[in-house]
Amino acid sequence: MSPRHRQMATEALHENETLASLKSEAESLKGKLEEERAKLHDVELHQVAERVEALGQFVMKTRRTLKGHGNKVLCMDWCKDKRRIVSSSQDGKVIVWDSFTTNKEHAVTMPCTWVMACAYAPSGCAIACGGLDNKCSVYPLTFDKNENMAAKKKSVAMHTNYLSACSFTNSDMQILTASGDGTCALWDVESGQLLQSFHGHGADVLCLDLAPSETGNTFVSGGCDKKAMVWDMRSGQCVQAFETHESDINSVRYYPSGDAFASGSDDATCRLYDLRADREVAIYSKESIIFGASSVDFSLSGRLLFAGYNDYTINVWDVLKGSRVSILFGHENRVSTLRVSPDGTAFCSGSWDHTLRVWA
Amino acid sequence: MAAGPAPPPGRPRAQMPHLRKMERVVVSMQDPDQGVKMRSQRLLVTVIPHAVTGSDVVQWLTQKFCVSEEEARHLGAVLVQHGYIYPLRDPRSLVLRPDETPYRFQTPYFWTSTLWPAAELDYAIYLAKKNIRKQGTLVDYEKEYYDRLHTKINHAWDLVLMQAREQLRAAKQRRKGDRLVIACQEQTYWLVNRPPPGAPSVLEQSPGRGSCAASHVHMIEYCRRALGRTRVKSSVCLEAYLSFCSQRGPHDPLVSGCLPSNPWISDNDAYWVMNAPTVVAPTKLRVERWGFSFRELLEDPVGRAHFMDFLGKEFSGENLSFWEACEELRYGAQAQVPTLVDAVYQQFLAPGAARWVNIDSRTMERTLEGLRQPHRYVLDDAQLHIYMLMKKDSYPRFLKSDMYKGLLAEAGIPLETKKRVFPFSRRPRHSGPSPALLPAPVEPTAAGGPGGGDGVA
Repeated sequence: MSPRHRQMATEALHENETLASLKSEAESLKGKLEEERAKLHDVELHQVAERVEALGQFVMKTRRTLKGHGNKVLCMDWCKDKRRIVSSSQDGKVIVWDSFTTNKEHAVTMPCTWVMACAYAPSGCAIACGGLDNKCSVYPLTFDKNENMAAKKKSVAMHTNYLSACSFTNSDMQILTASGDGTCALWDVESGQLLQSFHGHGADVLCLDLAPSETGNTFVSGGCDKKAMVWDMRSGQCVQAFETHESDINSVRYYPSGDAFASGSDDATCRLYDLRADREVAIYSKESIIFGASSVDFSLSGRLLFAGYNDYTINVWDVLKGSRVSILFGHENRVSTLRVSPDGTAFCSGSWDHTLRVWA
Repeated sequence: MAAGPAPPPGRPRAQMPHLRKMERVVVSMQDPDQGVKMRSQRLLVTVIPHAVTGSDVVQWLTQKFCVSEEEARHLGAVLVQHGYIYPLRDPRSLVLRPDETPYRFQTPYFWTSTLWPAAELDYAIYLAKKNIRKQGTLVDYEKEYYDRLHTKINHAWDLVLMQAREQLRAAKQRRKGDRLVIACQEQTYWLVNRPPPGAPSVLEQSPGRGSCAASHVHMIEYCRRALGRTRVKSSVCLEAYLSFCSQRGPHDPLVSGCLPSNPWISDNDAYWVMNAPTVVAPTKLRVERWGFSFRELLEDPVGRAHFMDFLGKEFSGENLSFWEACEELRYGAQAQVPTLVDAVYQQFLAPGAARWVNIDSRTMERTLEGLRQPHRYVLDDAQLHIYMLMKKDSYPRFLKSDMYKGLLAEAGIPLETKKRVFPFSRRPRHSGPSPALLPAPVEPTAAGGPGGGDGVA
């Protein structure tokens, strides 16, 4: 063996040792962390909730069906006016609807397929979307017949893999994105400047949600590494992480008080994580529910958790008691997206069956 | 085996947890003691053993999972759609009929997860067999596939035909019953993996998701930080949910309904009109919510306006204006940062400023220091200080004030409007103006910006 080869072999050996020792250090620290978390876990949620009155019978029906997409609906978001929504689909179409009248108000065709993320701006004057183009673009909404919406398009975010989720912060001027490249990022809309990036997920990031806190500084993300991570928007650091799911986390949503968040995963469960207790506090699952949960959202009081699944159904969970309150049939293919309206009067689900439904 | 033009690259078998779960279900369905009742099914002159009826499948699922019949039928349908159970008669359509229709369990060899992804060569051989056997009567979409494959694997076509003939010859030597069963199994497998146009493709996936690359360094750093954090006892945290849910329950339309009616159910948008962002007479529930938390009060434009009035009476209105200016800085455009910081400084922080805010000296010193290199978070400390001041001092006094009590007393509870019984006399649904059509609200203060940004009704 030449001296050079010997050196390389020695280095490789060190690398392997280092990797192995890093791994074992990480494992042992994780174990210690779990022990610490367990020390303060003195009661289960369903026990505490025993004295809460059970919910009555739930009769929720489809109140509106929005037809117009030519392919799978992948994402939707509500406007703050409580009735308009934006939806995006696999064939590149992004449509803005007044879902109360079911009229389509705007439509734009993206230059890419699989538009997996879309969001309505807080002012109601613009929308953001992106997908396989690895970008997030902002389109101002115009009613001028002579103006082509695509002409005013602004390219804001650039990732190195698909865009999986996007959300405006408290204004039209900042966007938070999540991507298949394993990172999240905060962007200035006007200049397209990257304000902060968030590294830590070991695989694609699939979802994010901004915290409804007073100080408005954190957000949670979920990914293919089965981890849910809470980030400080200002410093870019991960402040809390949870890894109890057994498969990809498709959706995360904060509990209305901001003290907890729920997640939906391919392991067919939804889980509730408390931020002050720093642990998972509830699992919403049933033996008969086999398919992954693709998207979750809370009702206004946080008592109900609505979850859309890949077996075409929507399950409604009693957040406190942990029981399944209702199962809703109607969609003819996967439910891919689900959001409760801003005033909590209804929720909207989008599906691979090309339609969106508003339920109340 | 050549991979084909079919579904985009999806997850490897290990990462399709729902398939493994379905497999566990069908295995327990075939348990000799606890499983579904098996019987022999007569088909014309042949007798097929180990068959089950659709209704027995549904009943077993109902009992095993303690679910309604509707849910059991749905679950059964999903199992059939994925080819884990196949119909013995009319194997063209993978649906579950909850009656005497006979079904059988798919052999593990043909499970979606075992033989995945389906190979083009195997499909070619299957279609060739069909072609030979039925003397060229493939269904339209199969014919298309057949022609396409013929072009694509032309070089190996002799192999395909040879394999097809060999398999047919071997099949002839089997008993009629076995032949029938194997044909059904194979057909089901291909219905799942090459669905006819119009049928949902159950194996379709989102664009490929990456596999996990462990980041030990990040994990170690994070764990070290996390070990030092303070945690709250579960009992305390969980009690908080109970009180939050019970306080908000009456305000949750999906839990408690809403008055006069839920617009989606009654087709009447009165609820939205009464609860518009800026309305002269807010409802009682709305005024109550201002008492739930300071954040709730500030997020409501009407609530915030009344609070501003109250502060005005106490000569501390500049606190709220300062807070609003800081919000505008935090969420504003990057290019505006220096201008906004300067404007805030001039109006609220400079000695002798017109609307000087009272911050403790240490925070003021730190803030002024930071102003040398302005960035969007430079006023965070000062903003938090003023926010806590309002929250701990002015806000509780507001809630006890005559002003608030008066608002609460004045606020009305809408009467319930029932949904119209006769649908053809339904009111036409009016399209409210899109926020995109309206001019942006004009703000009076120099550094103040639109608070909620949710448009004017």
